Amino acid sequence: MSKSTNYIIGVFNDEDVLMDAVGTLRSSGVKIQEAYTPFPVHGLDDALGYKPSNLPIAAFLFGLTGTICALLLTIGTMGYDWPMDIGGKPYIPLPNFIPVTFELTILLASLGMVATFLIISNLKPWGHDPFMFDGRSTDDKFLLVIDLDKNKLDKDALTNLFKQTGASEVNSKIVENH
Amino acid sequence: MQVTSPVRPPLVTGGKTVSDVTQDISRHVENKPTKLWIIAFTLSLITLAYGSYCLWTTWYEGIGMWGLNKTIGWAWDITNFVWWVGIGHAGTLISAILLLFRQKWRTSINRAAEAMTIFAVICAASFIVAHMGRPWLAYWALPLPNAFGSLWVNFNSPLVWDVFAISTYFTVSLVFWYIGLVPDFATIRERATGVRRVVYGALSLGWDGSAKAWQRYEAVSLVLAGCSTPLVLSVHTIVSMDFATSVIPGWHATIFPPYFVAGAIFSGFAMVLTLMLITRVVFRLEDYITVEHIESMNKVIVLTGSIVGIAYLSEFFIAWYSHVPYESYTFINRAFGDDYWWAYWSMMTCNVISPQLFWFRTVRRSIAWTFLLSIVVNIGMWFERFVIIATSLSRDFLPSSWAYFSPTLYDIGDYLFTFGLFFTLFLLFAKFFPVVNMAEVKAIIKSSSAKKNTK
Repeated sequence: MSKSTNYIIGVFNDEDVLMDAVGTLRSSGVKIQEAYTPFPVHGLDDALGYKPSNLPIAAFLFGLTGTICALLLTIGTMGYDWPMDIGGKPYIPLPNFIPVTFELTILLASLGMVATFLIISNLKPWGHDPFMFDGRSTDDKFLLVIDLDKNKLDKDALTNLFKQTGASEVNSKIVENH
Repeated sequence: MQVTSPVRPPLVTGGKTVSDVTQDISRHVENKPTKLWIIAFTLSLITLAYGSYCLWTTWYEGIGMWGLNKTIGWAWDITNFVWWVGIGHAGTLISAILLLFRQKWRTSINRAAEAMTIFAVICAASFIVAHMGRPWLAYWALPLPNAFGSLWVNFNSPLVWDVFAISTYFTVSLVFWYIGLVPDFATIRERATGVRRVVYGALSLGWDGSAKAWQRYEAVSLVLAGCSTPLVLSVHTIVSMDFATSVIPGWHATIFPPYFVAGAIFSGFAMVLTLMLITRVVFRLEDYITVEHIESMNKVIVLTGSIVGIAYLSEFFIAWYSHVPYESYTFINRAFGDDYWWAYWSMMTCNVISPQLFWFRTVRRSIAWTFLLSIVVNIGMWFERFVIIATSLSRDFLPSSWAYFSPTLYDIGDYLFTFGLFFTLFLLFAKFFPVVNMAEVKAIIKSSSAKKNTK
């Protein structure tokens, strides 16, 4: 393992040029490390060959947990722990438990999904200033980052390829591995 | 392939580029506060201080400080609670329902509208806690085992449903809003140095804008929007059930859930307009919040206002048609009785008649008219809740129990407290947070900017 990684960075000014460039680069066999954009570009994840996120499945499972917890809470307290005779009505009137069950389902689905998202994306408020290849990618520039060691083409060939696909700048960056 | 109709007006005017969006929105966060902001903030703080004194007195002395009596046990407290919760609904509607309907114009206003939701729900919650009389026992509303003092809460009660609905609504809205803020905080972080960089660095949670992160972000936004949509409808439905499941004539109505939800959206959009018309001038955001946005919101107001109007008429019709003498009496007393006719007709004028002016295109597109009517609508919606709550209670079943409600200084002071709190929070938000969702506006710049369409 080398102690540092050489990256080559293509800077684009326009999301449509970026999308075309991703297509061209990938069809000529270039492995793209990652793309950085100032806003979500529709279809970019597909173009980069990313699988759809499993987060909605996580949300469903958290929601299901919420439903089960809410039913256990309402039926358990009203039906078993402290049943109350209210005008001879059923101890477990399920329609009356719908609102609380619904709210807890939504609450757990939302919080669980967001927590999962933050954890898997390593988003946390402390302990790191994130590594940015180019700070302008949060303003109006679109970056395509290529790891030189993982590609057969050398730096000049990749630079040319970037220029051909419409990159406004091509930079390189050496990053120390931790 | 995105096809934009040539006749569809641009959503962002002034030929803005993606970089201009960053500049225009970040500028307010980075610059020193303006004089206008400082004056407004000082006024809010003074209001908040006076309101806090009144609220503290209410907590300390008890709700006997209010004008309540044996007959009218709910008045301004619950009126204000429902009013604030209703106002909150517009934020979620704009950010969630309009996202599902792919209405692009929401991108310029959703951030501020969601902030308004969160602050409005905080204001509403202050009345919930205050009206309990002994706020330090507020935790009794939670499902705690019997050893904690009270019995288990009664899950048959709409008041308990409300506890779950409001707290879920607040939590989910807050999370939804914050997730949307993260990429914008990263933009500000990259422009900042020193202390501000550390603060916005922490707020941005280390966001780097990678394609993978955006993919997950979009998945989260979509599911949160999908969760929030039924949630927002459920919240005001449950609020309306606080009344509808009772046997008080004037409250006991199956029409309440849809009628309350429409009213909530109606008042919420009016409040968004009031706030945004000021914000766009103060922060010079005229290119982002255009007359098109204002017109779109006015169309929602005329729709929901008409639904509310039809609901009022249906209630009246059903009161007569049902042949229930108590119900008929309550409604006739509301409109023509000596005590509260002024409240009823204020409500009818403000909510039913005034929004009909928005059928005229010139009124819909006039900033002065919109500002005036947005305030009129919220006055009307306050009267609606007051009419429902106080007039229905004032004529008890026994004429010897009939009573009239007069607010005390503490009723007014506690209401002022929420105004102070709301505007203090909103002004802090407007100064330190990006008021427009930069990332989402940037995403529509290419298809909806004026520059693109003239090419």
